[in-house]
Amino acid sequence: MNLRVDQQIISDWIPDGAKVLDLGCGNGTLLNHLQQRQVTGYGLEIDNSKFAECIKAGINVIQADLDQGLSQFADQSFDFVILSQTLQAIQRPDFLLREIVRVGKKGIIGFPNFGYWQCRAQLALAGRMPVSKTLPNAWYETPNIHLCTIQDFERLCDDHRLDVLNHSIVNHKHKDSLGIKLLPNLFGQIAVYLVQKQTS
Amino acid sequence: MPESIPADSVGLVSPSTLHIDDPLKLDCGRVLPHYDLVYETYGELNAEHSNAVLICHALSGDHHAAGFHTMEDRKPGWWDTAIGPGKAIDTNRFFVVSVNNLGGCKGSTGPNTINPETGELYGPDFPIVTVSDWVRSQAMLADKLQITQWAAVIGGSLGGMQALQWAISLPERVRHTVVIAAAPKLSAQNIAFNEVARTAIKSDPDFHDGYYMAQNTLPRQGLGLARMLGHITYLSDEAMGEKFGRELRSGAIQFGYDVEFQIESYLRYQSTSFVERFDANTYLLMTKALDYFDPAKEFDDDLTATVANIKAKSLIISFTSDWRFSPVRSREIVNAMLAAGKSVSYAEIEAHQGHDAFLMPIPRYLEIFASYMQQVANEGENR
Repeated sequence: MNLRVDQQIISDWIPDGAKVLDLGCGNGTLLNHLQQRQVTGYGLEIDNSKFAECIKAGINVIQADLDQGLSQFADQSFDFVILSQTLQAIQRPDFLLREIVRVGKKGIIGFPNFGYWQCRAQLALAGRMPVSKTLPNAWYETPNIHLCTIQDFERLCDDHRLDVLNHSIVNHKHKDSLGIKLLPNLFGQIAVYLVQKQTS
Repeated sequence: MPESIPADSVGLVSPSTLHIDDPLKLDCGRVLPHYDLVYETYGELNAEHSNAVLICHALSGDHHAAGFHTMEDRKPGWWDTAIGPGKAIDTNRFFVVSVNNLGGCKGSTGPNTINPETGELYGPDFPIVTVSDWVRSQAMLADKLQITQWAAVIGGSLGGMQALQWAISLPERVRHTVVIAAAPKLSAQNIAFNEVARTAIKSDPDFHDGYYMAQNTLPRQGLGLARMLGHITYLSDEAMGEKFGRELRSGAIQFGYDVEFQIESYLRYQSTSFVERFDANTYLLMTKALDYFDPAKEFDDDLTATVANIKAKSLIISFTSDWRFSPVRSREIVNAMLAAGKSVSYAEIEAHQGHDAFLMPIPRYLEIFASYMQQVANEGENR
């Protein structure tokens, strides 16, 4: 199983032997990959067929609804809590973000950037809700109910007194371009952030 | 009656009896000087003895979990949906052992076997055994079968509690546990239902304080009532509604107290067929074993500490409509295992069949169960 662009970035940030919790772990690709580096932990997944794939892959997976929070986990019980390409489908992303940094010493959040120029263009020029490779559903049937831009996300981190330890903003081909460097919120398609609670 | 044996059946099987002469000290303080365990096996034990799976039965179950005893059998063993060639517990890969628990009524030493001290049936004098006692006796069976470590210990309901107790009591001897539709202990409501069942049995005039066999009778009314009550708790409102609704046997109400609704007729049938195949003293004993099950008690009621020594990997499964042991109860086990950092997976299966769902051929349940067991088998073969 090949890693997605965001999963590749996340994998690079996680050291061997770390203890991780992967929220919305899908078919367990990332965890399966991390297991080869003695990374331990659990995936949380609500979807029936993805859950079954995790079991087939020998991943520890808990069927749970992320909108219910992470009350089954103790404070700071994981080195990393990962939420990749799922933030936008959560009822209350702010609540889950607080849960992520409560349960994890560090949080890793990956999301599609709604500030990407094509999204902006579709709305501004065509006057239609954006549909893209990252966000393929029509507005009325999309599970992606809470889309945000890179700026929005950074502001949310600020409001929650989270330090951004690292971030990576790329396009689908995992390419970092001059455009992305200069104007990430306009040219970045996928953003991944490594955050932790401010210590003071 | 099976006209022919289905290809995915273990086929015709027959039980074996193991006589154990080593005394078994029970939690109640009494000692069974020697005892018999009746069991069935399906599949072949491999040369490394690494593919053995123990099936633990629930309240009214027994050792006959799969296949047929004769071509005249109306139904296969109680968990035939899950055990057989190519099934979730694949007998092409696993050596499956299914044992009738001590205190049972299908051949293992229990209330309707002879007490060597008196030469009479034990009856109500048979000691109350606990889930831990069962685990100890099953370990004796494992020793005799030269199984030092089970690939998996598996059970639903009271059987799931035994699987959990195995992992807690004998961590070195279990590689995996599958705990289905169980709970870490009974709630007050669970115990209340059991007490109503026991009261029904004990208040039957034919119960004779448990010595009904000596009087050549059976507490049919009481045991039947207990079964009716149990059956209601095994089904969901929705499942009962779907199966029976308010359907009437004769098409119109009769303004009388005879059986009118189909559900009444069904419960009566369940009750009368049960009393012919099950022993009232065993029923009492099994409900007590359920009530007493509380492994965390020895650990200051700390379930996380209780599971801390577990070495086995676990799969915990619950069913959405199960209100006897609801998903909340399974999650208590899961959360303790998570807190203790154990290797655990948890599936919550959408099913309308209530507690009985664990015996049903629900595709998603069996798919997850089978996938997990394939991992167990692969792991065993790579050892």
